[in-house]
Amino acid sequence: MSLVPTEDQELLAKTAADFVREHSPVARVRALRDARDATGFSRPLWKQMAELGWVGIPFPEALGGAGLGLADLAVVLEELGRRLAPEPFLATVLLGGQALLLGGSEAQQQAWLPGVTAGTKLLTLAWQEARSRFDPFRIETSAQAAGAGFVLSGAKIAVPDAAVADAIVVAARTSGASGDEAGITLFLVPRASAGLSLTPQTRIDHRSAALLGLDGVRLGREAVVGAVDGGGALLARVLDRATAGLCAEMLGAMSQVFADTVQYLKTRVQFGVPIGSFQALKHRAARVFMEIELARSATLAAVRAADAGDAELPRLVSLAKARCSDAFLLAANEAVQLFGGVGMTDEYDLGFYLKRARVAEMTFGDAAWHRERWARLGGY
Amino acid sequence: MADPETFRTELRAWLEQHAPASLAGSGGGELEGIWGGRKAVWSNPDAKRWLDACAERGFTAPEWPRPYGGGGLSREEAKVLRQELAQRRMPPPLIGFGLTMIGPVLLQFGTEAQKREHLPKICRGEIRWCQGYSEPGAGSDLAGLQTRAVLVTGGPEGDHYLVNGQKVWTSYADQADWMFCLVRTDPEARKQEGITFLLFDMESPGVSVKPIALISGSSPFCETFLSDVRVPVANVVGKVNGGWTVAKALLAHERTMIADAFGGASGGGRTRGLAARAREAVGVAADGALADASLRHRIAQAEMDTRAFVLTTQRARDAARAGHAPGPESSMFKIYGTELNQRRMELQVSIAGPQALGWEGPGFDEAELDLTRQWLRSRGNTIEGGTSEIQLNIIAKRVLGLPD
Repeated sequence: MSLVPTEDQELLAKTAADFVREHSPVARVRALRDARDATGFSRPLWKQMAELGWVGIPFPEALGGAGLGLADLAVVLEELGRRLAPEPFLATVLLGGQALLLGGSEAQQQAWLPGVTAGTKLLTLAWQEARSRFDPFRIETSAQAAGAGFVLSGAKIAVPDAAVADAIVVAARTSGASGDEAGITLFLVPRASAGLSLTPQTRIDHRSAALLGLDGVRLGREAVVGAVDGGGALLARVLDRATAGLCAEMLGAMSQVFADTVQYLKTRVQFGVPIGSFQALKHRAARVFMEIELARSATLAAVRAADAGDAELPRLVSLAKARCSDAFLLAANEAVQLFGGVGMTDEYDLGFYLKRARVAEMTFGDAAWHRERWARLGGY
Repeated sequence: MADPETFRTELRAWLEQHAPASLAGSGGGELEGIWGGRKAVWSNPDAKRWLDACAERGFTAPEWPRPYGGGGLSREEAKVLRQELAQRRMPPPLIGFGLTMIGPVLLQFGTEAQKREHLPKICRGEIRWCQGYSEPGAGSDLAGLQTRAVLVTGGPEGDHYLVNGQKVWTSYADQADWMFCLVRTDPEARKQEGITFLLFDMESPGVSVKPIALISGSSPFCETFLSDVRVPVANVVGKVNGGWTVAKALLAHERTMIADAFGGASGGGRTRGLAARAREAVGVAADGALADASLRHRIAQAEMDTRAFVLTTQRARDAARAGHAPGPESSMFKIYGTELNQRRMELQVSIAGPQALGWEGPGFDEAELDLTRQWLRSRGNTIEGGTSEIQLNIIAKRVLGLPD
């Protein structure tokens, strides 16, 4: 398993980089924010990305996909991450889509995934709750058996792109207590279900997220994704893959904010010389460079492990997420400091990266949480 | 070239016959191993037999060309060799600056005569080398070196240089047979342009060596004094006054060697024992986690740092194999590998607690005393071979393109 991109991946990266440069400058993110756009991204652009085959990368050809892997998708995510493109890869492809791909019935896959790969249907996953912090098994939302089906009640937070999703995969508790891996079941809940309510949240990165209310939502047995009470392991698998994908996006963003910083150090003149000639600043820049390199190695290993079905995937995902969380925050914090006062202004794009770094850090567990998980997986 | 698996089969049969069982599992520690040389002391005769058998097959320098004593192996075959040695826990048949530093430099810059003279002796472990770079006034500012070499032509000894000056931090100078060093041949030229790369025999008249004690007790470092040392002109490597180019190439080899020793795969081995040691030291809570939460997190951090570092060295190798020219990665690996080793040593000292405070005598076992010395020694990791600050400057300039 080589840690360098294949020729196909290099080609894909170049196509994606060109596309993003042309169609998705950070100014687009700013415009969406200023317009308080409820969708949070561009539907025509999403359709175009589907036509380019990017949305379908990790899905089988029979479902309209490309039959490739996470390592290939990561190449695209990295390029999108460079310009903070807000299109819903994470929600639709990696969360909702992977849940159906890994655990969904034939009928569920046929009903939804061809639409996903065509760019016409959007999915997401609702896993977090007000008291769960980063623990995916701390679920209090209940799914009571009722007749042939279930009734869901509870509340989810921070559901990505829920406002536009056609269906939401919801993690609920069919038995056991909050914190147990056993007793969790995943349900495919159509957007239009009675009792389902969505309240958009405005977060610092202005990406689309919503609170999800489930007030006696009635579902048939066919809504179950995977096995009743057996959703914990499925959820963990989906989250591991999504986390690896998010790391690739973070890698792109941190690389870009760092490149912008280095450029600034070369051109900004103070005391009659470029500030990049000061050793104190050079050393800070070199340390950020090293941290990004280490984050990159860990991310490449994680996405490859996901494709290889490597049993070490959870540890490698935790390694990648811990390093990417730390490195992205470092790169963004250092960017603001090295740009000085202008780094604090809304006019500069840096702030978007800083805010995105914080949101990405808090998604799927921060660095400390993943170090904790690493220790637990290591048996100490 | 036979395919790697055929090679593996042959190799296994050969190892069955030649790998002495008494060496299995030895030589894993920092700078432990078989160094060879005229002054070598063979406490275990199997080590000498192992060296000779491997040298015979070219396994001491597997990828060097056969005419120079190497094994002429392909990269894949060399990898198979490493794997098989690791599996049997056999130490490398030979280590030292000959193989890791001056050898690669001679392959790149040496004359045919120099290659034929020196490389086979390195491969057979006959000659042990030391490096004369640093001087009292030229550490990190290496180009500030003052040791003078003056050309003397005619005369009964033939054309030669007369070398005068002092080197410092010469690792194992007291045990080495030859020195590769930098000398100033043109004091009028700009700092980096008047330097020449020279080789000489440590038994030459005028060479004297004095060991330096370190905070960790005994040390491999020496001061080396050079007084009217005669060095034949044939011992210049590269061009006269062009030694800086050779020196830089050698420094890259040195950084890679240091990074491998401290942070790479062997360093990973040292990280793995941390949790087990901590379990003994602080016990476990009811849920099986280490009783000391902060120690637990520091261990996780050290393990993750190590893993990320090993993955990064792997990525650099993969990139090289895929035909991407290596960049100044060696600087990054030097900084990160040595800092990682220091953090790991600090952590081991924390785990051992008061037992890490022994210098000698009762109350401390050998492993504890060794740990203490290794921790003290590790403080030098970020100084020797070019300080971390120098390496950061190299990254800033050569990778990031920041201005002087």
